[in-house]
Amino acid sequence: MTAMAVFLRNQMRIIAPFATLIVLVAFFSLTSRSFASLDNAANILTQISVTGIIAVGLTFVILCAEIDLSVAAIANVTGIAVAYFTLQEGYVNIANVPLPGFAAILLALLGCFMLGVVNAAGITLIGIPSFIMTLAMMQIGAGICALLVRGQIAYAVPDLVSLLGAGRVMGIPYLVLVAAAFLLAGHLVLTYTRFGRYVYMVGGNREAAEYAGVNVKLVLGTVIVISAMCSGVAGMLGVAHFGSAQQNEFDGYLLDAIAAVVVGGTSLFGGRGGIGNTIIGLLILGVLNNGLDHIQIDSFLKILIRGLILLAALIINVYVQKVRDSA
Amino acid sequence: MTEEAAPPLELRGISKSFGGVAALRDVDFVLRRGEIHGLVGENGAGKSTLMKIIAGLHGQYDGRMAIDGRPVHFRSPREALAAGIGMVHQELSVVPDLTVAENVYLGQQPTRGGIVDWRAMVDGARRHLADLGIDVDPRARMGSLAIGLQQLIELARVLFSGARIVILDEPTSALSPPEVQRLFEVLRGVRASGRSIVFISHFLDDVLAISDTVTIFRNGRLIATEAAGAIDKGWLIQRMIGRGHEELEGSYIGAIALDSRADAPVVLGVHGLAAGRAFADVSLDVRAGEVLGIYGFMGCGLIELARTLFGKLRADAGTMSVGGKSLRPRSTAEACRAGIAFVPESRRSMLFYGEPVYKNMSISVLGRIGRMLLRPSVEKDIARRHVQSLSIRPPTVETLLGSLSGGNQQKVALAKWLTWPPKVLVLSEPTRGMDVGAKEDVVRIVKGLRDQGMGVVVLSTEPETVLSLADRIVVMKKGRIVHEFAGQTVSKDQLLEAA
Ligand SMILES: Nc1ncnc2c1ncn2[C@@H]1O[C@H](COP(=O)(O)OP(=O)(O)OP(=O)(O)O)[C@@H](O)[C@H]1O
Ligand SMILES: [Mg+2]
Repeated sequence: MTAMAVFLRNQMRIIAPFATLIVLVAFFSLTSRSFASLDNAANILTQISVTGIIAVGLTFVILCAEIDLSVAAIANVTGIAVAYFTLQEGYVNIANVPLPGFAAILLALLGCFMLGVVNAAGITLIGIPSFIMTLAMMQIGAGICALLVRGQIAYAVPDLVSLLGAGRVMGIPYLVLVAAAFLLAGHLVLTYTRFGRYVYMVGGNREAAEYAGVNVKLVLGTVIVISAMCSGVAGMLGVAHFGSAQQNEFDGYLLDAIAAVVVGGTSLFGGRGGIGNTIIGLLILGVLNNGLDHIQIDSFLKILIRGLILLAALIINVYVQKVRDSA
Repeated sequence: MTEEAAPPLELRGISKSFGGVAALRDVDFVLRRGEIHGLVGENGAGKSTLMKIIAGLHGQYDGRMAIDGRPVHFRSPREALAAGIGMVHQELSVVPDLTVAENVYLGQQPTRGGIVDWRAMVDGARRHLADLGIDVDPRARMGSLAIGLQQLIELARVLFSGARIVILDEPTSALSPPEVQRLFEVLRGVRASGRSIVFISHFLDDVLAISDTVTIFRNGRLIATEAAGAIDKGWLIQRMIGRGHEELEGSYIGAIALDSRADAPVVLGVHGLAAGRAFADVSLDVRAGEVLGIYGFMGCGLIELARTLFGKLRADAGTMSVGGKSLRPRSTAEACRAGIAFVPESRRSMLFYGEPVYKNMSISVLGRIGRMLLRPSVEKDIARRHVQSLSIRPPTVETLLGSLSGGNQQKVALAKWLTWPPKVLVLSEPTRGMDVGAKEDVVRIVKGLRDQGMGVVVLSTEPETVLSLADRIVVMKKGRIVHEFAGQTVSKDQLLEAA
């Protein structure tokens, strides 16, 4: 086999999702007049930004062969918390505790950090499988949200949060820049730091990592906390972006974030993939969600089509990885 | 009539390469009916590759293969199995989460009315295992058993599946001497029933003892095939590695003189250590510049003791100290920080198959190469040094670990700890799966480390390994230390007797 062929096979994990993305873009550009425009590209980027920030943390978790089902719930708690500590308009009927903006932000971040620590402790110290632990946390998060807002809606958030979540600089939403910064930071950490290497090795063969003297529990705990922090930031900015903080606001983001990571080609079994994959997965998801709105089909059918296309993308990935791993 | 004359298995002009690197070159191999055919050769010589072709794991190769004179070309293990070829792999391929019975019946569970007939399966497995002299509860979970036992059970499964040609890739590497004898009994029985066996091993004594015919591989080529009765060990080593063997012989036969270093400081002190039912009341002193050998049969608690020293298992009682400081490791990271290093016996659990060689070597020392950031060029330089000094083949650090031969993988596992020598190095079965030359390399490396003042603990169920490495030997039996050999000469027989 030639060196080129070997190289291509090794890059399949990124090439296959990339091809899927190109096909989707080409398809929507041809079938819809309004899809292929600069404005719409900016739309898509904005639409995937909140998911993108969550997906950064989730990429770490999935690379370790764990899962975090509480990302959306933690985002929701943090978003509500930051509003809870902000002075609301008189008509908002929430018994909240107004504090200065920076204090509200710090408290909200502390909140998501603590939830992450609880997740990490349950998984590493007690030994609860992450699937179960974070499922419980998903419920706990929903409970905290319910208690804080009691069915009401809050609107005001600290200035910094509303600037980053809803503001623009030179026409570019800050939200997109924040997401880009998170993705970049995630990539740098995974690729160039010792911790990043440990993440891949723990995902690749946990026992071997342990025998190499790697503190596996510390690595797992850290990725879980990273995931919670990313979710928290996404939650705060999301609240500013949507203009309101309420119960169940982020429910759709759990599946979107997982789908973005996995469709991008990061292996659910850990050890393979990365932020590059996640970016492509986010774009696939963004193009798909946005593109379907630009073509003339039954809007109820769209949901099904979306599901089918995601399934197809996953099948392609799995198949391509088999080709890569055999021989 | 030609059916009668045709050998059960015949290979002609087999060649196979991986990404441009030849693993087999133009190999002719014939297996006769009712014969045990020994296969020897250095690590990476191509033994496993040839067997994987026969067993349908490598579908792409050049050359012809015939079973009973009929041309075949297997593209999957299933096809090979259907043609009567069964293989016990060098790396175990049992299902650890299933019971012993399920493993024995893997893929062919007895059913009654469409559902698995558990009772028949458990009874059948018990009978079948008893026939082979394997005493184990068929309902035990496979993963809870010692590796050697798992290996016997895997062999039982292959025999049970009705294979007419059985391939054993290093079956004795995890077995204690009595178990090897038992395995040989089983194999002789299999031979008597007219089936044929290929037996790969680095234990040349074993090969000569059990085989009718021996074939030698070197560098992907078949060098010679001879009747086992007509050759001896020296001749084999000569053909395998093409260099003198006097020194090697020395460490394997004759008695070994142990020299103790009673004056050096103790680097690892263990007092009254106990863990569950595995072992109890283990007290040891390992001095700087000394190799302590711990010998015992499989299942005597060696494996658990090694893991406890490295903090992978928790001790229930007893104390440990490293370099005079007391230590109760709760994690491997803690043990590692205190200066203990460990190489476990199972390759699967210590290597990253999908990662390149250099990442496998640097993983334990990343913190020393750089605090926060990785420095891949330094990692590769270090790895290149090890690849060279351990003569790992192929000699590149970017190769994916999974594509190395078994023995070379083992060397990578050892190399992990050589960059910044720890205070105490614990080696469990350090030479398992290595060819004679590589074993000699390990002996050289370990003695080198010892001479630098490291304390080394070698735990092994192979008397040769312990004898060739240790300065002092303790013998473990049923979880307790029963004998110590120090400052005297000791032979293999004495060692076996003490266990
Ligand atoms: N899947 C693979 N991809 C690439 N190279 C491989 C692969 N499998 C084996 N090789 C190479 O083929 C050669 C022969 O390997 P093989 O496993 O047959 O050796 P072996 O004789 O069984 O050695 P050992 O005694 O160490 O098990 C080695 O150089 C090895 O690196
Ligand atoms: Mg082999």
